[in-house]
Amino acid sequence: MTELNKLTLSDARDALRKGDTTSVELTEACLKAIDAADALNAFVHKTPEIALERAKAADARIQAGDAPAMCGLPIGIKDLFCTKGVDSQAASGILEGFKPEYESTVSQQLQDSGAVMLGKLNMDEFAMGSSNETSVYGNAVSPWRREGDDAPLTPGGSSGGSAAAVAADLCLAATGTDTGGSIRQPAAFTGITGIKPTYGRCSRWGVVAFASSLDQAGPMTKSVRDAAMMLEAMCGHDPKDSTSADLAVPNFEAMLTGDIKGKKIGIPREYRMDGMPAEIEKLWSEGAEMLRAAGAEIVDISLPHTKYALPAYYVIAPAEASSNLARYDGVRYGQRATVEAGDGITEMYEKTRAAGFGHEVQRRVMVGTYVLSAGFYDAYYNRARKVRTLIKKDFEDVFAQGIDAILTPATPSAAFGLGEMTDADPVQMYLNDVFTVTVNLAGLPGVSVPTGLDSKGLPLGLQLIGRPWEEGDLLNTAYALESAAGFVAKPGQWW
Amino acid sequence: MLDLTYELPKPKVIAGAKHDWELVIGMEVHAQVSSNAKLFSGASTKFGAEPNSNVAFVDAAMPGMLPVINEYCVEQAVRTGLGLKAEINLWSAFDRKNYFYPDLPQGYQISQLYHPIVGEGEVLVELGDGTARLVRVERIHMEQDAGKSIHDMDPNMSFVDLNRTGVCLMEIVSRPDIRGPEEAAAYIAKLRQIMQYLGTCDGNMQNGNLRADVNVSICRPGQYEKYQETGDFSHLGTRCEIKNMNSMRFIQQAIEVEARRQIAIVEAGGTVDQETRLYDPDKGETRSMRSKEEAHDYRYFPDPDLLPLEIEQAWVDDIAANLPELPDEKKARFINDFGLSDYDASVLTADVESAAFFEETAKGRSGKLAANWVINELFGRLKKEDHSITESPVSPAQLGGIIDLISSDAISGKIAKDLFEIVYTEGGDPAQIVEERGMKQVTDTGAIEAALDEIIAANPAQVEKAKVNPKLAGWFVGQVMKATGGKANPKAVNELVAKKLGE
Repeated sequence: MTELNKLTLSDARDALRKGDTTSVELTEACLKAIDAADALNAFVHKTPEIALERAKAADARIQAGDAPAMCGLPIGIKDLFCTKGVDSQAASGILEGFKPEYESTVSQQLQDSGAVMLGKLNMDEFAMGSSNETSVYGNAVSPWRREGDDAPLTPGGSSGGSAAAVAADLCLAATGTDTGGSIRQPAAFTGITGIKPTYGRCSRWGVVAFASSLDQAGPMTKSVRDAAMMLEAMCGHDPKDSTSADLAVPNFEAMLTGDIKGKKIGIPREYRMDGMPAEIEKLWSEGAEMLRAAGAEIVDISLPHTKYALPAYYVIAPAEASSNLARYDGVRYGQRATVEAGDGITEMYEKTRAAGFGHEVQRRVMVGTYVLSAGFYDAYYNRARKVRTLIKKDFEDVFAQGIDAILTPATPSAAFGLGEMTDADPVQMYLNDVFTVTVNLAGLPGVSVPTGLDSKGLPLGLQLIGRPWEEGDLLNTAYALESAAGFVAKPGQWW
Repeated sequence: MLDLTYELPKPKVIAGAKHDWELVIGMEVHAQVSSNAKLFSGASTKFGAEPNSNVAFVDAAMPGMLPVINEYCVEQAVRTGLGLKAEINLWSAFDRKNYFYPDLPQGYQISQLYHPIVGEGEVLVELGDGTARLVRVERIHMEQDAGKSIHDMDPNMSFVDLNRTGVCLMEIVSRPDIRGPEEAAAYIAKLRQIMQYLGTCDGNMQNGNLRADVNVSICRPGQYEKYQETGDFSHLGTRCEIKNMNSMRFIQQAIEVEARRQIAIVEAGGTVDQETRLYDPDKGETRSMRSKEEAHDYRYFPDPDLLPLEIEQAWVDDIAANLPELPDEKKARFINDFGLSDYDASVLTADVESAAFFEETAKGRSGKLAANWVINELFGRLKKEDHSITESPVSPAQLGGIIDLISSDAISGKIAKDLFEIVYTEGGDPAQIVEERGMKQVTDTGAIEAALDEIIAANPAQVEKAKVNPKLAGWFVGQVMKATGGKANPKAVNELVAKKLGE
């Protein structure tokens, strides 16, 4: 048997069921890998005691023949999820030391399904970033390196720790969250699969909010099958989240037939950006070719308002964030700055938030405050909402034309080097989200599947966008693409 | 629907140094919804609990916590809207009002700026002198209450109590239809009465369950009518908002004080700044709450954590069908069915309990008599001991029993008062008490005649005088009543005295 931590979720599940291994063995293999991978800075709060305790309980359940879907499978949890009694600080200084008294619905469902939590994963602060460089813990590092180059690369963001951990086999899978591409971009950068489900599919309860109308949790896994399996455990109606959909959860894994004959796959012409690297263009057309070969019909489509998506996103998301982050004021929990004699409440707020929030978070809070302020609301926020409606309609129109899924690149490039964007205009960083934000604005499911390597040996991914609530069908198309692409590359272990 | 007609009250006029001025007042009343749980959490709303004991995670704005609407609060808001004959919006939505304060854990208040649940309604405000004004309600929206900041417990620290945080308030916004301090108080009193009837707000101002922000402006006589014709606010003066008032008395004082302040400014050639002010009852003045630099920009936007609130007409209809009889209708019915005066009907319908007490007492009896006894005797007696009608030791059945004894001539009105006092302090069945204590009126003319004969025999001089001056007959009546311990039927005594003296 290969090293246990390198197994996929589904293979590990099958091995557990057959009695070929135990959850404790799987968990110990992962814990060992985690301890050896501090250089990746993926796990920022390790919970080996909790992991082993849950692994033992899982083994007992497996023995008793009472094993739910994720029973005994060791996974990592993004730091954005509140986990009871375990540090949950959204990679922010302002929540340092915060141990919630409650467990997020998604992590609770995973726990109920028998999954074993190994620890909390690095991310961009409050999920704001595309490179994991805004984390208070310092950035996670991608296990991938360019051929013949030791320069550390970004695992992407904001779910960078999740991506690095899964790609480096520190855990079998991880949770991520995606507000503008935070699951799909890091998945693409690290050669793994990540799906952002339809808005409302996964409960947001207990997940630290970035932009409430865009945030969705989803799995980051080593295969499409794993994504289907884990998504099923994560999602479902939650009465504690008013935006959670009261819909039945299908057996996604059972829908993975690989048969996509007759499916119509749209190729949106507006996603062919000026200056798009030839490698990305090639990957995209090869992906379309693979789907065609599998029996799908490839259709040229138009999503005319695409070019307004990024600016609209960078108005709406900061607007909501500026309000969502107002609660971090040093009054009730988390960090409070030392105040001096004579300081009043305003000084306490200012000092606490200046010290507790990093620069990118401060920038977005300021942008969000500005676009909501009197006199600018209509010009920015309201206009962005109108754009959002138009973008949503673009998708509805093509789906109404019979399109089953839309194929696009996941990212405009392969992973870039850590620090490379430090001095760049922040908008350069925001451009990472150009292919992914439309999906959040429209509330649709989107999945990133690794399909190739660039000339320097770095993974590249394609994105498939599906109809609302049809994650099963979308995952099946992704499964067909994954099968055709046959992506098996793994980063060489240097850490 | 109501056949009650009223004259409009005269607007309050204040004489300035140079001119007469009229007042224009609009109010935003914050009424705490009667509900066991908060608007977006299951935490208790009970008053007076240990600080920070009624706080759910979402009330404390813990990371990742989300609001879920309390359906009962929605029902209460709809019920209130129906009680104010208002339009119910089947589609409404929640917005965030953003500002920083320690007693506002989220950093925003969830409210309904753009799409309130209740639209235009009206409140008939009676002034008690036969005049009344129909005050228009612009809207009612639901919102979260804030917590309480406590600054006087420690010299260096402030404390926060979140028990109240997230409790559901209804903000009832009136049009600027109120024209004087007394009308303002009467408006709040009427709103409170309606909500108490509906069971949607207990109206306890002392506990802060009913508070008002009062918008006051002044205008020269005639200007208000121009505003009414055109809807153009420029005919009116600049308004100031006096915040957070929870006493009827202070509301009236504050309006008058604020109006005089504005008059002084305008007559001195100055202009009134539109601003928020606080009333200081100790100093008898209003003062500015915050400077312009600190003026809030609330950055309202739709709350993305909550879906629009959609309710069904059938549900609204169901609530409407089960509304209790409201004060105006009840009063009209009391006037029509029981023949009560406007005043008596108003007093008896002031609260549901009094009205119910009266109705039960009056059942099958003279409405007027019942009203007299409830208002004059019972209310008077209760007031003496500072008791409310719900604390009355006398039940409607007992009071009805007393009235029956009067109606059947079994006891006189005077004896009835003694009987009431006995029932009030000792309890018991009135008829039985009368029987046992021999309080029954003597209508037996034989007994009365015997007593009278004795008195006539003993006072021959008086008899002679009375024969000349029939007005002196009353002295004999009094003597008979005295001799019979007040139990003689006065009518019978009068007749006999007249007869005997006439012989």
